[in-house]
Amino acid sequence: MKLDTSGLESAAPVWGAPSELVDGFSAAPSFEVPNTTDFDGFQKEAIQMVKPAKGTTTLAFIFKEGAMVAADSRASMGGYISSQSVKKIIEINPYMLGTMAGGAADCQFWHRNLGIKCRLHELANKRRISVTGASKLLANILYSYRGMGLSVGTMIAGWDETGPGLYYVDSEGGRLKGMRFSVGSGSPYAYGVLDNGYRYDMSVEEAAELARRAIYHATFRDGASGGVASVYYVGPNGWKKISGDDVGELHYKYYPVLPSTVEQEMVEAAAA
Amino acid sequence: MECVFGLVGNDFAVVVADTSAVHSILVHKSNEDKIMILDSHKLIAASGEPGDRVQFTEYIQKNVALYQFRNGIPLTTAAAANFTRGELATALRKNPYSVNILLAGYDKETGPSLYYIDYIATLHKVDKGAFGYGSYFSLSMMDRHYHSGMTVEEAIDLVDKCIMEIRSRLVVAPPNFVIKIVDKDGAREYAWRESVKDAAVASA
Repeated sequence: MKLDTSGLESAAPVWGAPSELVDGFSAAPSFEVPNTTDFDGFQKEAIQMVKPAKGTTTLAFIFKEGAMVAADSRASMGGYISSQSVKKIIEINPYMLGTMAGGAADCQFWHRNLGIKCRLHELANKRRISVTGASKLLANILYSYRGMGLSVGTMIAGWDETGPGLYYVDSEGGRLKGMRFSVGSGSPYAYGVLDNGYRYDMSVEEAAELARRAIYHATFRDGASGGVASVYYVGPNGWKKISGDDVGELHYKYYPVLPSTVEQEMVEAAAA
Repeated sequence: MECVFGLVGNDFAVVVADTSAVHSILVHKSNEDKIMILDSHKLIAASGEPGDRVQFTEYIQKNVALYQFRNGIPLTTAAAANFTRGELATALRKNPYSVNILLAGYDKETGPSLYYIDYIATLHKVDKGAFGYGSYFSLSMMDRHYHSGMTVEEAIDLVDKCIMEIRSRLVVAPPNFVIKIVDKDGAREYAWRESVKDAAVASA
């Protein structure tokens, strides 16, 4: 028996990360509708402006003890979840991390390239490269490819001689130094939780919990984010992975199901 | 939404820029310094696309420094402005930079000056200028209250009036501004006008 799955197909394709494959999953059968005024138009415009150009949630912040980096692990192609186990926190070297948002291949390749350049710097100058220097190297490379379609929204977090450092670098050529950033389609949601709970003098456990919570709340509301919330800590001795929790399980941990009072119980109708 | 404006006073020039780094609806940072100190007596306030803004102004800064190393004397403000315009013009038909610049400087012989350089390599020497949505409010304010030979107090008062106007009338007004001044003693930061402080310690 052939099942009727027309109800499961979306009428309008939702676009995810531009550089990932989309063809084949977005074509949907449609039929002609009578001409009417486009009353959805104004809403669509607003959504398009904020549309998930980089379907992910990543965040990083600096606090008293060092830097905290966290990300989800979902890869989406339009409305299809292609993977729930993508490593979005890239280990550039033992004391520097990069986050991935945008095109997976672009981020992985250019972070690895950055790792190579950092190692060459170490060999040539007999000292580790600073986070400032590493982020500038990456920003200059991305700037030279500006307009050619790279999609990279990354944060470089590390520990160098001046202490913890955090830079946001993107494929438009922007580079910002800051204390906390979040990148991706889920970033507005993460910012809300992060900004509210942030204090400079947190302990490592408190900071890890804040990062985990912010990722969880973003994955709850953003369809393009999900999977596993990974949390890394960058301290004076380099980075260390703190946790990787499935966000579905986190949901029930934060909001456990409580037995609710029964209002009306359905019973079998008495046999007539 | 970026606001940059400036004016020339008695023996100084002052430039003001907003300090928001914005990406679509997100404010990534609200203490980003967009006024670069070009050399000891020159300031460059830039607004435009994030990559271009930093890369182009740093390129100009390094070339101005190179001239000084090679020739032993610094460039005049007019020369630096013309060099900047030339670079924008050369790139214009190939790979244009999307940056608008107000270049303020002080020369011993000619005093303070302000140059308006826009993204299509227009160059004007002006007494007051502005870029961005904020210009709609600050230009008329400056036209009304400006007179040549203003003191620092009068100029900062006018700057504050413009900032107030931008804050109250521009729909997505940037909350924080930085004011920098250049006079015979050099180019330096004058003040910040912050109405939203970052929760953490403000980083440089």
